[in-house]
Amino acid sequence: MVTKIPRSNRTMPKWAQGWLALTFIALVYGFYQAMAAPREATMGNLYRVFFYHLPHAILSFVFPYLNLAASFLYLFWRKRNVERAAAADAFALASAEVTVLYATIGLATGMLWGRAAWGIWWAWDARMTTYLLLWLLYVCYLLVRSFSSTGQTAVIAAVLAIFAAIDIPICFMSIRWWRTQHPAAVFGGGANSGIDPSMVPAVLWNMIAWAMWGAFLVGMRYAIERRRQQDANAEALGILNDEEAAVLTHRLEEAR
Amino acid sequence: MNYAQHVLTHLRKDLRLEWRTKDSINGMLFFALLVVVVLAMAFDPASYPDMTRQISGGLLWVALLFAAMTALNQSWARETHNSVLDAHRLSEAPASALFIGKALANFLFVSAVEVVLAPIFTVFYNLQPLGQTWKLLIILPLGTWALVVNGTFFSALSLRTRNRETLLPLVLLPISMPALLAMIQATTAVLTGQFEPTLWIKVLLAYVIVFTTACVLLFQTVLSAD
Repeated sequence: MVTKIPRSNRTMPKWAQGWLALTFIALVYGFYQAMAAPREATMGNLYRVFFYHLPHAILSFVFPYLNLAASFLYLFWRKRNVERAAAADAFALASAEVTVLYATIGLATGMLWGRAAWGIWWAWDARMTTYLLLWLLYVCYLLVRSFSSTGQTAVIAAVLAIFAAIDIPICFMSIRWWRTQHPAAVFGGGANSGIDPSMVPAVLWNMIAWAMWGAFLVGMRYAIERRRQQDANAEALGILNDEEAAVLTHRLEEAR
Repeated sequence: MNYAQHVLTHLRKDLRLEWRTKDSINGMLFFALLVVVVLAMAFDPASYPDMTRQISGGLLWVALLFAAMTALNQSWARETHNSVLDAHRLSEAPASALFIGKALANFLFVSAVEVVLAPIFTVFYNLQPLGQTWKLLIILPLGTWALVVNGTFFSALSLRTRNRETLLPLVLLPISMPALLAMIQATTAVLTGQFEPTLWIKVLLAYVIVFTTACVLLFQTVLSAD
């Protein structure tokens, strides 16, 4: 397992604090933009949940790819560089957790919006079903991690992450394959797609802000997981040393 | 021995094991039959032929999926007695040959169950398909392989976890969802005759190709996980 990690002091580094401060500014400004954007023609103020739904929905398709990349790196480094493999595994866990968080918020805001736009909370159309599937896949990933025996968690999780990531393109393509009640892809979905120019700043600022917040969460979770690995490692080494110490004491006593 | 011979040897071993005990097939068959009976309590299949046609595709696949899961859970447990799995890991035979052999064996078992279950299903549910029934000869094997290839893989994966019986459905169901959708839609298309199953057969085919490749490539990693 992990052999040596430089023990850092237990506070956040300066650059991370700066990042967090910038993130809060972006979030506040994004909120202001979302509330200041003009009322939508048919839905009135209710549509504003869109500014939160869209970033979360899009970003919850980004973090799985970070998870996939980390899982590949883990499998690559597993036999070559234990230290880097452990880091990749910690990153995979962090990005999977943030995927679940963002997909949960994406689903919840989507349901709120669906209730306002279509009058129903949930419709079993292709896009929503496959998005739910994305959520299920990463909840399942986290479950498997918690079920598996120590020492094999990382391998099983990495393999499962690859399978889950293969499922995502099928999910993403579904909007083109299947007839669907969900509005056509907002960006790049054909002639009538796109949004009113007056809403662009709100969309962009919220996109940036939530991406920064997501990145911060992944980094934070990664740091915590690395420390957990470090503590587990230290504990294992500590026990070893105690046993060795006991054996040595015993031998010394015998020698007397 | 070349690769095909390795696969055949593994397949023959699994078939012989099953022939001697008949655990998997008997268990699956009875389980699927029970699911069919239980589902008949949810609605009256004989009185509403239209509705029966609409939902029978889904019911058939759900019965088969649950039945297959009972057998898949056991299929690697056999290999853990007397540390046979460790012997496999030491042998020079490629790990993926072991996987393909076992997946083929499971495929044959589930297909055997289908051969028995399909007529029973048709009689019990008073089913009169309106589409081209011969297309089921494409859909059933494709769908079965889609379930079995991932099922065999994840069953090997869950050998490494604490509560393996619980884990298999938890992993297999979400991963198989696109395949399930495709096979249910294709079967419904054939039963109702209202639309063409071609698109769904293609989806199923793509799914099968992609996931068979992934399973074959990653099996070595799973077999030597510790």
